[in-house]
Amino acid sequence: MSSSTEKAIGKIIISSSLGTLIEWYDFYIFGMLAKTISMQFFPDGNSTAALLSTLAIFAAGFLVRPFGALVFGRLGDLIGRKYTFLLTLVLMGSATFLIGLVPGYKSIGMAAPLLVLLLRLVQGLALGGEYGGAATYVAEHAPNNKRGFYTSWIQTTATLGLFVALAIILLVKSNMSDAAFNSEWGGWRYPFWISILLVGVSIYIRLKMKESPLFEILKKEGTTSANPIKESFGHKENFKMVLLALFGAVMGQGVIWYTSQFYTQSFLEHSVKLDFIQNREIVLWAIALATPFFLFFGWLSDKTGRKWIMLTGMLLGVIFYRPIFNTFLNDTNGKEWMQRAEGRSYVKLAGQKNPYIKRDSLKTSTGILVITHTTNTWLLKEGIQFTEKIADTSGIDNDGGSWVALDNNPVYSGKILSAPLKWKFIFLVWIMIVFVTMVYGPIAAFLVELFPTKIRYTSMSLPYHIGNGVFGGLVPFIATLLATTVTTDPLAGLWYPIAVAALCFVIGFVFLDDKK
Amino acid sequence: MGLTCMIIAPIIIYFLISNAITHIKAGGAKDINQPIPWIIIIGIFTPIAIGLIIFGYYALKGEYDNYPEE
Repeated sequence: MSSSTEKAIGKIIISSSLGTLIEWYDFYIFGMLAKTISMQFFPDGNSTAALLSTLAIFAAGFLVRPFGALVFGRLGDLIGRKYTFLLTLVLMGSATFLIGLVPGYKSIGMAAPLLVLLLRLVQGLALGGEYGGAATYVAEHAPNNKRGFYTSWIQTTATLGLFVALAIILLVKSNMSDAAFNSEWGGWRYPFWISILLVGVSIYIRLKMKESPLFEILKKEGTTSANPIKESFGHKENFKMVLLALFGAVMGQGVIWYTSQFYTQSFLEHSVKLDFIQNREIVLWAIALATPFFLFFGWLSDKTGRKWIMLTGMLLGVIFYRPIFNTFLNDTNGKEWMQRAEGRSYVKLAGQKNPYIKRDSLKTSTGILVITHTTNTWLLKEGIQFTEKIADTSGIDNDGGSWVALDNNPVYSGKILSAPLKWKFIFLVWIMIVFVTMVYGPIAAFLVELFPTKIRYTSMSLPYHIGNGVFGGLVPFIATLLATTVTTDPLAGLWYPIAVAALCFVIGFVFLDDKK
Repeated sequence: MGLTCMIIAPIIIYFLISNAITHIKAGGAKDINQPIPWIIIIGIFTPIAIGLIIFGYYALKGEYDNYPEE
C-alpha cells in the first residue's frame, strides 16, 4: 500500500474514531453523574419523577439503542454511511449539550425530568446508529488483510470514551467543593457543556469525509438495498447470520466488556468500599495500559483469524472473574486489617474527633435504647487507610436492668490502599480489560465480514446493540437480583456474565467460521 | 447444541417472569422491586429468546454448515 493511501486511511480512521469516542463520552457522563442528575432532576419522594428516572436508565440502554440501530442502520444502507453517522453525531452532541442546559426540578418542576428523559432517549437512539456506521465506514476503506487492525481503532473508542469521561469528571470535581459541584448550576454540568466543543470539531472533520467506496459502487450500479430491514431480518440466509453474530459472539463480548469495565468499578466502590478517587484512579490506569491491546488483537486477528482470539477472551473471563473479584474482597478485609495492625495509629480528621462518637437515644415501651455510633479512621504502618464504623447498642429497661450488645460487624469503608496493593489492583483490572480487548478488538471486522455490503449497516448494528446494550447493560440489574437471592455469596452477581459468556463460547466454538 | 438453545430460551423467560413476580414490591427501593424495569426487560428479552429458539432450530437443521457468500 502506498504512503499516500496509508495517510488517507489514517485520516479516515481518525475522523471516524474521534466522533465515535465523543459519542461514547456523551453517553457515559450521564451514567457517571447519575447520582447528581438524580438529585437535580429526579428528587426523592416524587413517584412520577422516580418513574421517569427508571425509564431514563432502562429505556435508553435496552429499548432505544437497538431501535436506533434499526432506524440508522436502515438509513445508512439506503442513503449512505457518511451522512447517517454525521446525523447520529449531531443528535448525540445536541442532546448532551441540552441536558447541561435543562434547569433543575426546583426551578421548572416536572418539565425538568421530562426534558432530561427525552434527551436521554435521543442519546440512546444516536448511539444505536453510530457504531455500526463508523465500523462499516472504516472497514469498507480497509484492504482485506488489514481490516482487523484498521477497525480496531474504532474499538478503542468505547474504552477511551470512558477514560475521557472519567478524567474530565475527576478534573472538574477535584477543582471545586462537593457543594459547588452538586448545586443546580454547578460543576456537574461542565462535562455536558464541554461536549459541544468536542462534537463541533468532530462534525467539521466528518463533513470533509467522502462516502465509503464500496457503498459508492453499489450506488453507481443501482444495487443498493430497497428495504434493508426486510433483507436483513426477513431473508433466512441473512437472518441466520444475524442470530449467529448475536449468540455466538456479541452476547459474550457484551457481558465481558460490561463486567470488566463497569461492574468492576461499581464492585470496588460498593462491595469493596474503596475510596472514590482511588477507585477511579485504578480504573484509569488499567484502561490506559490496556488500550493498546485493542490494536494488537485487531492486528493479530488479521494474521491468525478472529474466532479464537474472541473466544479465548470469553473463556478467560469465565475462568478468572471469580478468583479476581475474590482477591479484591480478600485483600481489603477490614477485620483482617484490624487484627494484623500492630502499631496502628489514629488519624485525626479535620474538624472531627477521632474516634468520632455520636449517640442516638430512643424511648421504647420497655425502656431506653441507646445506639452508640463510633467512627475511627485508621492508618496502618504499610500505608493503608480506612474508616471503621461501629454501632454498639445498649439499653436500660423500665425495671432498672441494663444490657450492652457490641457490634460484631463493623463497616469498613473509604479504603485507601497502599502503593503495592493499589498496583496489584491496577494489574487485576488491567487483566480483565485485556480480556475485553481480546473479544472487542476484532469484533468490528468480524461483524462486517459476516454481512453483505448492501445491508451491512443494518445487519451488524442490531446484534451489536442487543449484545452490548441488553446483555451487557443487564449486568448490574441481574447482579443485584442474584445478590439478593443468594445472600451468602458476595460474588453471586458474577454468575450472570459467566453463564452468558460460557454459552456464547460454546455456540461460537461449534458454529463460528475462523475467518482471517 | 441446537436443542440446548431451544430448551434454554423458555427457561430464561420463565426465570425472568417468576423473579419479577417474586421481587416486585410496592414501595421497594431497589430497581428489582420496580415493575418498569421488569416490563422493559421481559419485553425485550422475549423476542431475543424467540431468536434463540430459531437459532437452535437452524442449528439443528444444519443451516450453519455452510455460510452464505456475498
